[in-house]
Amino acid sequence: MTFKFTVENTKRIEEAVKKYPRKNAAVMPVLYIAQEQDGWISQEVIKEVASVLEMTAEEILGVVTFYSMYHTKPAGKYHLQVCTNVSCMLRGAESIYNYIKNKLNIENGGITEDNIFSLEEVECMGSCGTAPMFAINEDFFENLSIQKVDEIIESFKNQD
Amino acid sequence: MPMEKIVLPDIKDFHLIDVYEQYGGYTAIKKALSQSPDDIIDQVKKSGLRGRGGAAFSAGLKWSFMPKTSSKPAYLCINGDESEPGSFKDRQIFEFNPHQLIEGILIAAYAIRVKITYIYIRGEYHKWIRLFEKALSDAYAKGYAGEKMKETFGTDFFVDIYVHKGAGAYICGEESALMNSIEGKRGYPRVKPPFPAQNGLWGCPTTINNIETITNVPPIINKGWEWFSKIGEPRHPGTLLYGISGHVNKPGVYELPSGMLLTDLIYNYAGGVINDKKILCVIPGGSSMPPLRGDQIEGVKMDAESLKAYGTSIGTAGVIVMDEDTDLVKVLARIARFYYHESCGQCTPCREGTGWMLKILNRLVRGEGSIHDLDLLVSIAGNIEGNTICALGEAAAWPVRYTITRFRDYFEKRVSKEVILPIANKVHSMRHTAFPLADVKE
Repeated sequence: MTFKFTVENTKRIEEAVKKYPRKNAAVMPVLYIAQEQDGWISQEVIKEVASVLEMTAEEILGVVTFYSMYHTKPAGKYHLQVCTNVSCMLRGAESIYNYIKNKLNIENGGITEDNIFSLEEVECMGSCGTAPMFAINEDFFENLSIQKVDEIIESFKNQD
Repeated sequence: MPMEKIVLPDIKDFHLIDVYEQYGGYTAIKKALSQSPDDIIDQVKKSGLRGRGGAAFSAGLKWSFMPKTSSKPAYLCINGDESEPGSFKDRQIFEFNPHQLIEGILIAAYAIRVKITYIYIRGEYHKWIRLFEKALSDAYAKGYAGEKMKETFGTDFFVDIYVHKGAGAYICGEESALMNSIEGKRGYPRVKPPFPAQNGLWGCPTTINNIETITNVPPIINKGWEWFSKIGEPRHPGTLLYGISGHVNKPGVYELPSGMLLTDLIYNYAGGVINDKKILCVIPGGSSMPPLRGDQIEGVKMDAESLKAYGTSIGTAGVIVMDEDTDLVKVLARIARFYYHESCGQCTPCREGTGWMLKILNRLVRGEGSIHDLDLLVSIAGNIEGNTICALGEAAAWPVRYTITRFRDYFEKRVSKEVILPIANKVHSMRHTAFPLADVKE
């Protein structure tokens, strides 16, 4: 399946390119736009981004694999990112992470059978003062307890 | 007298441009534009403002490294990649005081003669990127940024500010990795020299400053360097955004003068330790800084110079407090895992060493470590430190080295006194010896 940017996204790419003196510098914002459109960065996306920015597919792949926020496989509709770093760990992140794993019955990097939830154990997200935390897609949920986690996940389930 | 706040003042809706203007916003840039760029650098130098991103380098001195004339364009990069565990201050600025940050950028750009600024914000901060972009578009609309500045201020000077969103790599907080990331490359740190002021973004003169550092600039210009230099500890003046996390009753960011007593921060401001437990360990400046033992914190002052005397460093002033029931071995293993994950992989000592340290620490967590492992960890840390392109080597080595040396008794209780070698090593140790297995216990 080939990948093409939508007309609207092509305009956004033109805007992104204007911010930099060289076209290839826009690779990070363009990859974000691609990920927004397709959900993840496939080989087809890489080829298309390469042709849009006049770069090689290998250069694009190098960038994609370096940064942890580009998904190289499909993520769930709701991508759960649980911080287990020091400050969260001290406030009980481990039990929250294990609770989520059991509740959704998936491991780190896994995705539920219905493709609704995917799980990732992440490094510090900058919520140390409101630990423990997890993020669902772009939104942070802080000062968590197991009960709160349960309610949040249930509410997302019910949205579907 | 109420404590003066410079970076995060207690003013309602200060993040809105109208409110910011009401309280004298965007007057510091007007004042700056009536003086020469060198005068501005001189004032910031005299104010004693030091970088808030970890290295505590003089901001004015850094600016003075920029060439006064250059055939190439010059750039300013603002570092908002904060990803150090225990550090969560910059997001407060994006949320509560974005216009003072923007005004600081304008002044800095004028002082070092740049027309383009990139502000690098970590990718996970979706909400704070949106908040800052809103503030930035308000500033553009009012003619405080971009070419319209010429009309607003009646000068030839103007600067464009662009947001560059990171994508989840701690190493991009390192200034040369940050520049590579803006250029659209993998975030690999560069060998220095050449330094960014000569050869930075796209090979052009570049200065990189932290968010908090830049936000301090407008009040310095408005109220004068003498005023700023008298706040807090004279060798590291101003206020700091102390971020306190871990086992305290009221974790959060507290803006207070530099040189605060660590005990004052923990017991008075952060409300003390949960359930009144004793403190086992405090990391004073983000996870990469050497930790202090609970019995070492009395009288410790929080500023770059004072902390040096205690064998640690201010870092980002992110204080992590651990109570007496904390499993320090597990904590250290988690910190080691972070640096193993974030090592960019360019330098062998860091790429391999962080992995070895993690494996050994995991062995300790499982209760299979030996006393020999403690020395081995310190030795590996010693071989990383100073042998890498960037400071991630030190960031990975320091916590391991100093947690083990400062808590040696604690770690010794968690390991076997006997050297237990795995089977493979036993077989190996039988070779080339007259007395196989003589000193290896079953």
